[in-house]
Amino acid sequence: MDNIAGTKSSLMWATHLSVLFLVLLWLIPTIGLFVSSFRDRDQISESGWWEAPFAVELTARGRTAADAVQDGDVYVITGNIYDDPEARSYFPGGGGEIVAFGTSGRAPGEFPAGERVEIGDGETLVVNTDGTYEWRTPEDPGDRGQRVYFAAESPPNFTTENYEQVLTADNMDRAFINTLTVTIPATIIPILVAAFAAYALAWMDFPGRGVLIAVVVGLLVVPLQLALVPMLNLHNSIGIGQSFIGIWFAHTAFGMPLAVYLLRNYMAGLPRDIIESAKVDGATDFELFLRIVLPLSLPALAAFSIFQFLWTWNDLLVAKVFLPSDDASKVMTVKIADDLLGSRGGDWGILATAAFVSIAVPLVVFFSMQRFLVRGLLAGSVK
Amino acid sequence: MPVILQGLITILIGVGGCVGYFYLSNLILDRFIFPAKGENIGRNINRANAVRPWLFLFPAMFVLGLYLVYPVVGSFVRSLYGRNPNEFVGLGNYISLFGSSDFQTSFFNNFLWVIIVPAASTFIGLVVAQLTDNLSWGNLAKSLIFMPMAISFVGASLIWKFVYANDADIGLINAIRAMLGFENPIDVMQIPFWNNLFLMVILIWIQTGFAMVILSAALRGIPEETIEAAILDGANPWQLFFKIKVPQIMATIVVVWTTITILVLKVFDIVYTMTGGNFGTEILPSYMMDFMFRDDGRATAIAFVIMIVVLPVMIWNIREARKEMR
Repeated sequence: MDNIAGTKSSLMWATHLSVLFLVLLWLIPTIGLFVSSFRDRDQISESGWWEAPFAVELTARGRTAADAVQDGDVYVITGNIYDDPEARSYFPGGGGEIVAFGTSGRAPGEFPAGERVEIGDGETLVVNTDGTYEWRTPEDPGDRGQRVYFAAESPPNFTTENYEQVLTADNMDRAFINTLTVTIPATIIPILVAAFAAYALAWMDFPGRGVLIAVVVGLLVVPLQLALVPMLNLHNSIGIGQSFIGIWFAHTAFGMPLAVYLLRNYMAGLPRDIIESAKVDGATDFELFLRIVLPLSLPALAAFSIFQFLWTWNDLLVAKVFLPSDDASKVMTVKIADDLLGSRGGDWGILATAAFVSIAVPLVVFFSMQRFLVRGLLAGSVK
Repeated sequence: MPVILQGLITILIGVGGCVGYFYLSNLILDRFIFPAKGENIGRNINRANAVRPWLFLFPAMFVLGLYLVYPVVGSFVRSLYGRNPNEFVGLGNYISLFGSSDFQTSFFNNFLWVIIVPAASTFIGLVVAQLTDNLSWGNLAKSLIFMPMAISFVGASLIWKFVYANDADIGLINAIRAMLGFENPIDVMQIPFWNNLFLMVILIWIQTGFAMVILSAALRGIPEETIEAAILDGANPWQLFFKIKVPQIMATIVVVWTTITILVLKVFDIVYTMTGGNFGTEILPSYMMDFMFRDDGRATAIAFVIMIVVLPVMIWNIREARKEMR
């Protein structure tokens, strides 16, 4: 339809540009998170992630050396401020050009670099752009150097430090494993249970079938908030309490209406001839299901398992209610929402990294299985 | 025992148990209860076939009944009791809820969410679906806009914190304001009323992809002849879109709209992570979580209010499904 009348090339350009605009609008927030997760903590608080490729002006402090050389009646101390370990520690990526310096924390960039200035008591100090300094003082400095504050360009510094910290400390590794532990059984078990039910609803004749299908459709929209209090009480009273077993059951049940609905729709669409000729050949329902219907329904099974996987992996509500709130069983979403946002509200690097770790697996699943996902969505809602 | 091992064992027990249940129950039915032999062979086969559907259905119906049907009743009954499960208060929880200003705020906010989020997601989704329809890189564009679907609400909230942050060196919005010459950064999460809209943007960002994928398939399904005929009759692109295409996919638009509406009524994560319900951004699901673990009576009463709000959609869904089955 590219060249039919009514499609103007100017309109085509407008289309290209507006789609590009929308895509950028959609991507930019995620890119921000991704870039921030690789940045150094000091750099994040100094400049936005969109300036990440550029140098940042950081203020740092250090101390001059104290080994003076006497020159007439003044003592002269020369050296390079970057030789001072304290000053160097601000610049893990190597110190850049010094822009300004000062001698008090209140005005760290009081004087432009390279200018010789009076700093009181007849002392003078100059710090050059490359870090070399000369401090002249009328009195023997003894073993204490002069405090120097300075502002320097810090080159862009990308590290994987945040990832190391998130994955090894903070119990985030534990939370990752817990998420997997919740997700995998909660994805596999409902598929099996739902497939049998869907087969019965699609291909077996029994009184009340229509009513059951209507019930499943109705349950699709029941807000799971309703289940939280009664089911938690029930779990407590039968001894499951807040535990992995409980959350597996809960996820299995909450995913069930969609699973049965999707699979039934798909199975009901399978060609009638195949099923009936198998029945004529003497296949029992059990064999029919296992040998014919199940293999033919693979696309729908795949679609549902992706849904269920994404949903259980990303869930916060069910995990907060049905899992205990100690560190040993926290899943990643709870960990991020309750711990990191609370106690580390200001540590943007760690926050970004934790968030990225938690969304990385779903993103991989999403991009590699997108075809099935789309097909499943369509089976569920387009008639 | 390490939890992951426990998980693996559960998978084995769960999967093995399911397969075992279905296999054994069929075997017992066919061999022992109604064996297909002997003098009553015909009657036995018929009876076995009448029972079998219920064997297949039992596990699914059991969990559905326990976790979704029973709680409707269970929650309602619990909501008639106070914080103490033995103290019957009748409709007391509901009366005090409707009188509390927090509840009114969250009800009003939820109303805004239900109006704005589905409308915006469906509209933007429809526009993107149409724009990418015959674009050479349309699939790539769609895939990227669809991507937030895979991201958790918590993750999405964090992503948007980097947009909304109250610091011109972190938050994109404040950076743009600083570029335009405004002096002090503002915390967009604390602007009354508008903060609700900023929170909704997050969910719209997530849900647009869903609307787009489905509507794009619906657009492709429109019979070509109707479009060609309209073009021959001199319809311009706008007329083609609004007068020919949109009316033909109206049914799908309604499905998308209601699906997102239902979702909006369940999402508490975004409000919980971004503001914790402060600054007048509370919605019903997050308001319920304030009472969870503290006052079960109140919590279930709020959950039941959500249920009542959802009820019309549920009835409509069931009627549509029944219509289709006939």
